Amino acid sequence: MSIVPAAPAAGRPNPFPVSWTTRAAWLGLAIYSVYAASLLDVTWERFVFGLGNGARFIGRMLPPAFTHMDLLWKGLAESLEIAIIATVFGIVLSLPVGLAASRNLMPIWVSWPARAFIALCRSFHPVIVAILFVKAVGFGAIAGILALIVASVGFIAKLFAEAIEEISLKQVEAVRATGASFMNVIFMAVVPQVLARFTGFATYQLDSNLRNSTMVGIVGGGGIGSTLFTAFQKFDYDFVLTILLAIIAIIFVGEILAGWVRKTFQ
Amino acid sequence: MIADQRRWERFTPRERLLRFTFYLVAVAAFVVSVQTVEVIPEFLYDAPEQVVDLFARMWPMDLKYYPKAVHAALIETLHIATLGTILSLGLALPVGILAARNVVPVTAINQFAKLVLVSSRSVNSLVWALLFVAVFGPGALAGTLAIAFRSIGFVGKLFGEALEEANRGPVEALTAAGAPWPSVFLKAYWPQVQPAFWSIALFRWDINIRESAVLGLVGAGGIGVALDTALTLLYWDQVAVVLATIFAVVILAEIIVTTIRSRII
Repeated sequence: MSIVPAAPAAGRPNPFPVSWTTRAAWLGLAIYSVYAASLLDVTWERFVFGLGNGARFIGRMLPPAFTHMDLLWKGLAESLEIAIIATVFGIVLSLPVGLAASRNLMPIWVSWPARAFIALCRSFHPVIVAILFVKAVGFGAIAGILALIVASVGFIAKLFAEAIEEISLKQVEAVRATGASFMNVIFMAVVPQVLARFTGFATYQLDSNLRNSTMVGIVGGGGIGSTLFTAFQKFDYDFVLTILLAIIAIIFVGEILAGWVRKTFQ
Repeated sequence: MIADQRRWERFTPRERLLRFTFYLVAVAAFVVSVQTVEVIPEFLYDAPEQVVDLFARMWPMDLKYYPKAVHAALIETLHIATLGTILSLGLALPVGILAARNVVPVTAINQFAKLVLVSSRSVNSLVWALLFVAVFGPGALAGTLAIAFRSIGFVGKLFGEALEEANRGPVEALTAAGAPWPSVFLKAYWPQVQPAFWSIALFRWDINIRESAVLGLVGAGGIGVALDTALTLLYWDQVAVVLATIFAVVILAEIIVTTIRSRII
């Protein structure tokens, strides 16, 4: 941090002054890290012991097993289905909720409850929501779908509302001045301004739902997550590696596709 | 007449074809998904009763559970999230630098760094936690590492993108003055990306608070352990206490992050 010229020319201020507040902040961060590490029993011996364990673990993972491919395909297909259905319903629900939450178009008694609803959807992790839905509708894909719909509404509706709040009101006024109905104002003045950003959110959410759909299975929400968790509990670590590689591959492809869709709609 | 000859079109035929293909694929994917997904209708019929039953069991909350088991677990969760974030910042910094095309102008290295980042992001924090529980045994160490490894991809990607947007001017000035590489990074790049870096860190911390709350479900420590215990024993009134605590903490974290962001950025 102290790469400062040894002797600045007289009369010229040092161009890189030392900031003691920044240094104090770095020091505080370091002290906290040590303190928290000791509190959480994160010790060097445990870490080294774990490394040996990890080597054995990786040894059992390699080479990846291609024995239960039918299970893998079934799980992956279900994860994809969960992600697609949840994204579609999430988008459909987010449109009205996001619109209702925008403070520039809606009166406060509409926008405030809508914002509270979005905050509620956002505040719980999809896995926790999935636990509640597993209790409500039983094990299987439907619980995962419902949990991811909640997560999608929390994300898309929030960003959608923010996008609407940033639009130019001139076009809204112009359309209103022609005597257009409320729905016409929305479709002719608001939607064209936010459509590009909205596709961005939607593709991002599909991506995110794909990731999360691999996880809701751990609590019984269907998809590749249940296959993964079962393989883990049976110590089939080589099959676990196959599943992980498949998940990484599918998300990599999904990211490329999402980028392509965003390019098409810009 | 002239108007007929020169009609304005918003999209070229190619663009229209691409859009049409996208709509077609999207609708087809949705229809196929709905038709093939396995739904057991018998489970759906009694869903309303189950929900009513759930809330009846949750209320009144068993508030005595909070001092008994939830409070200590909550503190552990906060430490896991914070320490995991700090660790991920340290790990993501070099990977993000390697991923930035203007800082490291070697395509092979950029691609490799991007692959590392994508792998980190694709594996969910719960799956990372499963892996680390298998390696280090159950407890907060596994949770902290899971949070850190999951965050590398997020922090590294955004940090790399911030670096790529940095202004060339200060970099060229320092290079021209003969500054060594660490000085160029610390005095030309770092001041430009510092606000973005802290903003990313805060954003990730907020997400990590949420994520660390569920890690306990696979044995990686924190408030999720209390949740898991209550769930296994079907003490829904205790589950309600844990959920209320998580809700309060998440809201509080969001308020803290918003306040700090508006102060420093």
